[in-house]
Amino acid sequence: MTVIVRTVSSWVKVLIFLFGIYIILFGHLTPGGGFAGGVILASSYVLLMLAFGRTFVEANLPRSLASRLDCLGAFVFALIAILGLVFGGTFFVNFLYQTYLPGRPFALVSGGTIPLSNMAIGVKVGASLFLVIFTLAAFRAESQEPSEGNPANQGPGQKE
Amino acid sequence: MAYALCFLLFMIGLYCAVVKKNMVKIVLGIVIMEYAVNLFLIMLGYLTGGVAPIIERSQYDAKTQTIAAEFLSASVDPLPQAMVLTSIVISLGSLALMISICIRTYAKYGTFDITEIRRLRG
Amino acid sequence: MSVPLPMFVAIPLVAAFVLPVLKGTLKPIATVLANLVTLSLLVLAVMSVGKTSVYEMGNWSIPLGINLVLDGLSSLLLLAIGIVGAASMLFSVRYMEQYTAKPKYYSLFLLMVAGMNGVVLSGDIFNLYVFLEIASIASYALVGFGCDHEELEASFKYMVLGSIASAFVLFGVALVYANTGSLNMAQISETIRRIGMNTGLAFALSLFVAGFGLKAALVPFHAWLPDAHPSAPAPISAMLSGVLIKALGIYVLARLIFTVFGVSVPIAWVLIALGVSSMVIGVFLAVGQWDFKRLLAYHSISQMGYVVLGVGLGALILARKGDPLWASLAILGGLFHLINHAVFKSLLFLTSGSVEMATGTRQLKKMGGLVERMPYTRATCAIASASIAGVPPFNGFWSKLILVIAAVQAGFYLLAAVTVVVSLVTLLSFLKVQRYVFLGELPENLEHTQENGGFMLAAMAFLAVLCLAMSLLVLHPALREVVLQPAVDVLVRAATAPTAVVSQ
Repeated sequence: MTVIVRTVSSWVKVLIFLFGIYIILFGHLTPGGGFAGGVILASSYVLLMLAFGRTFVEANLPRSLASRLDCLGAFVFALIAILGLVFGGTFFVNFLYQTYLPGRPFALVSGGTIPLSNMAIGVKVGASLFLVIFTLAAFRAESQEPSEGNPANQGPGQKE
Repeated sequence: MAYALCFLLFMIGLYCAVVKKNMVKIVLGIVIMEYAVNLFLIMLGYLTGGVAPIIERSQYDAKTQTIAAEFLSASVDPLPQAMVLTSIVISLGSLALMISICIRTYAKYGTFDITEIRRLRG
Repeated sequence: MSVPLPMFVAIPLVAAFVLPVLKGTLKPIATVLANLVTLSLLVLAVMSVGKTSVYEMGNWSIPLGINLVLDGLSSLLLLAIGIVGAASMLFSVRYMEQYTAKPKYYSLFLLMVAGMNGVVLSGDIFNLYVFLEIASIASYALVGFGCDHEELEASFKYMVLGSIASAFVLFGVALVYANTGSLNMAQISETIRRIGMNTGLAFALSLFVAGFGLKAALVPFHAWLPDAHPSAPAPISAMLSGVLIKALGIYVLARLIFTVFGVSVPIAWVLIALGVSSMVIGVFLAVGQWDFKRLLAYHSISQMGYVVLGVGLGALILARKGDPLWASLAILGGLFHLINHAVFKSLLFLTSGSVEMATGTRQLKKMGGLVERMPYTRATCAIASASIAGVPPFNGFWSKLILVIAAVQAGFYLLAAVTVVVSLVTLLSFLKVQRYVFLGELPENLEHTQENGGFMLAAMAFLAVLCLAMSLLVLHPALREVVLQPAVDVLVRAATAPTAVVSQ
């Protein structure tokens, strides 16, 4: 990619990531939440993949780490649900809101376990979508042998 | 009237998925079908002249913990919105799997045409 | 003590997310953990036989929250899923050594089991759709697990048809929500009994029959099954044919038609038509097959026709306000055949996997004389073939007998005759299988095949013993009262007593 694209994307990637974190954190007050914020987090990495290439992103966020983050996010979500069973008596009950940490309405600390669930889902969806697009880009590089100049060969990855 | 257009979009997606011979076009047909169903679900909750179902500070009375009545009567139904969010996530997962199968099939057979990918028959 | 219902879904989900992390040297731990999960699900399913309960998630009551419902029909299917899941997981410890990426296989398998348990337990129609999709997407990935030419083609076909069916189902859910204003199945049935069926609801019902009929592989919608089931690895074929087409297809159809929408004469005739055409077309297409697993897949279509015929016959008798005794007998035959088929069809697929692993081929004409090389596989395959063909004293005989008796008593002599003819043709095609695979002479390239031992043998022996023991479910009155009768009562009561709806 050209110099302009690379420079601008290296400035903008931090803003996109920060915006994704904002959407996840304020998910219980404003529209958004875990899934939308996770998609935005993943898209900042996809921007880097388009601008700098797959190997550069692999060095920064390797596939094994993304896979482990994926499993960790889902496990934390299930753990919050099971803690609801342990502390509150019913599966998935909002035990923080009811007894331990009610918070004030419209503040950031409110809603009990919902912001924690949002964060777990945000991490999981971000890592998951990053892995999906990364793996599809890896397929493209492997399957370049059958025919050259085919429209299926355009896409993210090396375009020097 | 708007619901009939939704149904027309669903039929267009179904036609694409059934008639076309290129694998990627079939996948796009399925995506159009899922879009049409999500659109139908969202339109179910709509109220003419309604507001988004997000409570503002002025509509919530903290002393009695009640919500202003004009908000309750004017807000659109939030349940279809939750359903559509879930449905979009599900179709994203399904689409990722379909595209990866298309890519692997291209690497094995060398073509996207389904009339040539017919080793299983009978 | 009563089992908290979310455990059926939470345990396999948590295990599915922990397993992909255990790579490299920790692989044996992954195997042990996966098998522990399926065994514990079987134990939980046995513990919840004969109980009914309603579990509200997060302590939110019905119009606001979703609930999980356990009644007789759900516990019967949980038992089937537990039995087939435990046996398949035990079999795949040794069988999946041929493939790479075993932890991912276990993870997808447990996701499929979690999805099926969720479908069976769900009390809310949109929650049912979500779990249906979890199980379906996991099964699409598992069918194409080997990533070879045929498997990718079969997986793509299955995936396209399955996605179209799921889009139909979601459209039906949207129409039901538009017409009744609620998503909970108990509330929807109350509303439908109050306002009656209008065009929107009738269209939603036809969309459900099309969508879930495709998941159950009934005849106009069966085209994906003969390609998908043979191409999957053998334990996955056992799960797909054994429980997936039942939990995602027939259970939901029965639940929606009897409990939510209410039986009526047209819908009962539709079920009977689907059942008869599946039985006849499935078995006549199966007789001419020369691929072992493809033959078994066509027989799955035919046996599903039996189950749908039994349930449809019961629905017709109830809709015409006939004698509820014959309706409950027909439904008993159908549901008993459901759990019988889960056991013997999965045993058949596991034996075909054992033969394929030992000889390397699935074509009947290339095998022969394996009885001297693989005696245990031959014995279990013979037991399963006798069960599916309806030879006494195995379990298949009793369920087919009950169906024929119910059809004759209700006055449908032609249906009874068709059932008997299809049963004879099934016997014919399994005699062909036995002759070509096990009897006859051993070809030269197969001189060195050996019996597969260890876990594969244990799983097949477990299912073979069950094939014989399950005839006791119908003969011994105490077992019948606990396991089968509540399932039948759920459906019959839902059709005859319209005001007392889902267990509360």
